[in-house]
Amino acid sequence: MSSKVIHAIYTDDDLLMQAVKQTKEAHYRIEEIYTPFPVHGLDKAMGLAPTRIAITSFLYGLVGLSVAISMMNFIMIEDWPQNIGGKPSFSFLENLPAFVPIMFELTVFFAAHLMVITFYLRSKIWPFKKAENPDPRTTDDHFLMEVDVANHKIEDLSQFLSNTGAVEIKLINK
Amino acid sequence: MVVGAIGLIFSFVTAPSSIQEVKDIIASQEAHHGGGHGESHAENTHQVTADAHDNKAGGNEHGMTADAHNAEEGHDDAHAEHMLHQLQNKPWAAVYVAAFFFFMIALGALAFYAVQYAAQAGWSPVLFRVMEAVTAYLLPGSLIVFALLLLSGLHINHLFVWMDPEVVAEDELLQGKSSYLNVPFFLIRAALYIIGWNVFRYLLRRNSLRHDEVDHNRFFRQSFKLSAGFLVFFIVTESMMSWDWIMSLDPHWFSTLFGWYVFASLFVSAITVIALITIFLKARGYLDFVNDSHIHDLAKFMFGISIFWTYLWFSQFMLIWYSNIPEEVTYFITRIEDYKLPFFGMLALNFIFPVLVLMNSDYKRVNWFVVMSGIIILIGHYLDIYNMVMPATVGESWFIGIAEIAALLFFGGLFIFIVFNALTKAPLLAKRNPYIKESKHFHY
Repeated sequence: MSSKVIHAIYTDDDLLMQAVKQTKEAHYRIEEIYTPFPVHGLDKAMGLAPTRIAITSFLYGLVGLSVAISMMNFIMIEDWPQNIGGKPSFSFLENLPAFVPIMFELTVFFAAHLMVITFYLRSKIWPFKKAENPDPRTTDDHFLMEVDVANHKIEDLSQFLSNTGAVEIKLINK
Repeated sequence: MVVGAIGLIFSFVTAPSSIQEVKDIIASQEAHHGGGHGESHAENTHQVTADAHDNKAGGNEHGMTADAHNAEEGHDDAHAEHMLHQLQNKPWAAVYVAAFFFFMIALGALAFYAVQYAAQAGWSPVLFRVMEAVTAYLLPGSLIVFALLLLSGLHINHLFVWMDPEVVAEDELLQGKSSYLNVPFFLIRAALYIIGWNVFRYLLRRNSLRHDEVDHNRFFRQSFKLSAGFLVFFIVTESMMSWDWIMSLDPHWFSTLFGWYVFASLFVSAITVIALITIFLKARGYLDFVNDSHIHDLAKFMFGISIFWTYLWFSQFMLIWYSNIPEEVTYFITRIEDYKLPFFGMLALNFIFPVLVLMNSDYKRVNWFVVMSGIIILIGHYLDIYNMVMPATVGESWFIGIAEIAALLFFGGLFIFIVFNALTKAPLLAKRNPYIKESKHFHY
């Protein structure tokens, strides 16, 4: 049996938030929401699990920090000892201030890039992937809520959704 | 009004304890002033000759300070006298550090308050009365600091070397700076800053109180313009204030970002104090309208400005360390040689601790985490000011003794007394602020 979903389109983010809360209260199942920009608090309203990307970011930062420290220790101190700032001490700790900016930059670099890559992997997107967006207007100024019909009556559901302020309601056979 | 009345009863509960505390401390401090002087006179006889030379020789041995003291060469006598003053300075410097520390909290709170107005922030109006109360210490605090500066100017104490005509007479660098660094102009500048800040503070507070009683928003708009004006005035005068009141303690040394550095310190201390008082009042049930999100936002500021402070501290340190120019690097040489523990200790307290504790978003909502890191940040920034003032005034004969702790407690008690007294003078909610509804519903 093919599953049926209803696409309800809204034109305002506050209205959408309101509709999401009402839909959750009425115990309809929201499959997905497409918005042109991030809407604050939408994830909480939809009941999504909190993101774990912050933890990965912290770990990636630690990786970047260790890479920076070991890299500079090898390059500047061990492999080819350098005279840094006229202070030929050849010790990592005594030259630490000169290394701090690089340590900082690599921490940020690793955290940022690995975080983006993690996000891509988790969301299963990659370059040249065809967009899964059901309605191109959601990249402009419309908000789309996809609601699972399941065993609810289609008329009731669409009536309910238009009451929440949807400007357009479409039944889609997936 | 009801909240105000409850607050008033509350202040009667706290007031006796703090006044009692204050009296005790004044007594102990006066006792110590006598003791401190006697002690230092005893030490002086043998230290003057030995230390005066050690100090200079020590500087030279470290290679980096080769001719830092070039201007001071050839006037050992003046230097010896300076050493004698250093030891006499210790209680004065301790008082100055504590007075400045609490004064800067009030000033920082005023700047933070003005930022909220100028940005028309929607989240913060529920905290306005707390911020206003913290700024109440600005007037007494700034007058105390001014009195201390005036006493320096009258040569009652010798915190500022350049105020001593004998030192200037033999110091070409100071002679060159004397058109800026001279006592009358210094005091006039200090008076201008203090009058300016206090006038802005008075007008903002008055507008805020009047706004509660009327039915139009004219006072609010006026406060908006005043705040914008204050911020411009503040950033110029704050910067000059930090050169005058702190950087000129080391009159040969200069750093171009010193004003920003002091600003970061005072801003983070002020935000921390606002957060601590808010949490305290909320725990006592006076601030029902403050929710977790407000605490969260204050904690974000504590975290962010702590990192900003570290960034400036490091920018200043690294450039001076790297270029290794004698007249600049002496500043850090004295601090690392003689003040190793407070110097690196404050770095750990002000940077590593807030970063690790406040990094997690959820911890910023846990009150005791915020209180704990807040106390650490305040200790750290007290040490920061200590590190700015002490090496120039006391030199290597530092320790955190009765004078420091007593001064800290005395000004801490005065600060708490004045701030909580101010909290009782007005309702704790600025009820007619146009953003108050948004602020009450603020939810992150």
